[in-house]
Amino acid sequence: MAQLSCKNLALGYDGKIVRDNISFEVNSGDYLCIVGENGSGKSTLMKTILGLFPPISGEIKFGDGLKDKEIGYLPQQTDIQKDFPASVNEIVLSGCISKLSFSPFYSKSEKELADYQIARLGLNSLKNRCYRELSGGQQQRVLLARALCATDKMILLDEPVSGLDPMITMEMYNLIESLNKEGTTVIMVSHDIEAALNYASHILHIGDNVFFGTKKDYLKSEFSKAFTKGIGDIQ
Amino acid sequence: MSEFINKAIEYFEYPFVRYALIVGVLIALCSSILGVTLVLKRFSFIGDGLSHVAFGGMAIASVLNFTNDMPLTLLFTVIFAIVLLMSGKNAKIKGDAAIAMVSVGSLAIGYLLLNIFNTSGNLSGDVCSTLFGSTSILTLTPTEVYLCVGLSVFVVAVFILLYNRIFAVTFDEDFSKATGTNADFYNFIIAIIIAVIIVLAMNLVGSLLISALVIFPALSAMRIFKSFKSVTVFSAVLSVFCSLLGILTAVFAGTPVGSTIVAVDIVAFIICFAVGKVFGGKR
Ligand SMILES: Nc1ncnc2c1ncn2[C@@H]1O[C@H](COP(=O)(O)OP(=O)(O)OP(=O)(O)O)[C@@H](O)[C@H]1O
Ligand SMILES: [Mg+2]
Repeated sequence: MAQLSCKNLALGYDGKIVRDNISFEVNSGDYLCIVGENGSGKSTLMKTILGLFPPISGEIKFGDGLKDKEIGYLPQQTDIQKDFPASVNEIVLSGCISKLSFSPFYSKSEKELADYQIARLGLNSLKNRCYRELSGGQQQRVLLARALCATDKMILLDEPVSGLDPMITMEMYNLIESLNKEGTTVIMVSHDIEAALNYASHILHIGDNVFFGTKKDYLKSEFSKAFTKGIGDIQ
Repeated sequence: MSEFINKAIEYFEYPFVRYALIVGVLIALCSSILGVTLVLKRFSFIGDGLSHVAFGGMAIASVLNFTNDMPLTLLFTVIFAIVLLMSGKNAKIKGDAAIAMVSVGSLAIGYLLLNIFNTSGNLSGDVCSTLFGSTSILTLTPTEVYLCVGLSVFVVAVFILLYNRIFAVTFDEDFSKATGTNADFYNFIIAIIIAVIIVLAMNLVGSLLISALVIFPALSAMRIFKSFKSVTVFSAVLSVFCSLLGILTAVFAGTPVGSTIVAVDIVAFIICFAVGKVFGGKR
């Protein structure tokens, strides 16, 4: 049983279809990269999987011990966060929000979980710093730590490296890879097709035609030819 | 100096001064704690719109000859807060226009009603007092004071109990929704609290100046402090301090209470701005 399976999804806003015929499956431990042009509906797909709004048609099923709402999420950056006065610790801790159930305050175990994720992502020295004063790469790591507080079963990353310099981008990819090796299922949107082919186990290409399959099949397919422009011969 | 203290003690003998101080402190506290959320969620304009709605509500209550116009005003404002929030959520621009329409509309209708059903001899004085709160804080009845205390306790209690959720929803609505927090519900609660705060604050500063009371302390605190908790705590403390100073100044100097408080808030903002620039901010 797959952790996440989507069948014949049609995505869109207010009944208007942005993209349809999307079917794919994600199993525990997979590393799925979603690629496609700007505006092809990648972020929309992410938000639909997260249940922020319903799909126009088709179905999304969770299984293999993964429940709806048990997904960590790293959003494409929003404006509101740019001048938000909050410390790193407060933000990471807010990832535990779903664990509160009826209690108004965080318990010791939730604080420990936040501390653990902060340490895991190497944020110890920044713990009490203000979020808006961090560099883009540091901010992404904070949001990743928050996502991991919500769950470490599956994380969704929407362009986690956009705006980062090559060094930090590498660091970020390595970090994500190590999380994946430790058992977290990763679904990542990326424009960086080279990285996608380097790290992913599966590829979902959305556009006028939709491709889903393993990386190997993708490289053999028509889709990769136009999109990868000659870097198809990595590996 | 001793003369000043004597005079102060003399003033405290009057119940209306004590009422004004109690209510002033509570209102300042309530209006500031949600300030950060409102500023960051771009809700400050909703607050502004609602204060005009509250004016309309009050006009209706006074036309209907209610002895205490707060409950009806409160009902009216809460309903509009919910309507505006629901309509403004999906379409940003439409929401803006809706707010402008509702707020200017209720201001006009309110004034019209007061004019047509003019019950008191001093209409412009009454209107001025509702808009700028010039005297209402000094003419509180014990019932109004109890109501204020009750509502303030409600606002502060809800805020403390929902603090962590309000933080999560304000910082990143999508994330909290995705992990199973009912963000719409909390937005709904926030809307109700704003409405309550606005109706409360109308007594203190009048409906035109409410936004100042909500926004200034939060913006001041954001100049200096860098975590959500410290910003919230500092803006509450600052707001209470400014209100106390404003009320006392107004009582002694005979200036209008609302605008004096706002003037003090502005000075505090300038000081915080300077402190933030000089020290580059502490945590
Ligand atoms: N809130 C919205 N309401 C209506 N339409 C939207 C909304 N958000 C996005 N769209 C439309 O949906 C389409 C897909 O947008 P989406 O953000 O999913 O693209 P994307 O693949 O993530 O692009 P990018 O690579 O630029 O991030 C676009 O045509 C966009 O105009
Ligand atoms: Mg996108």
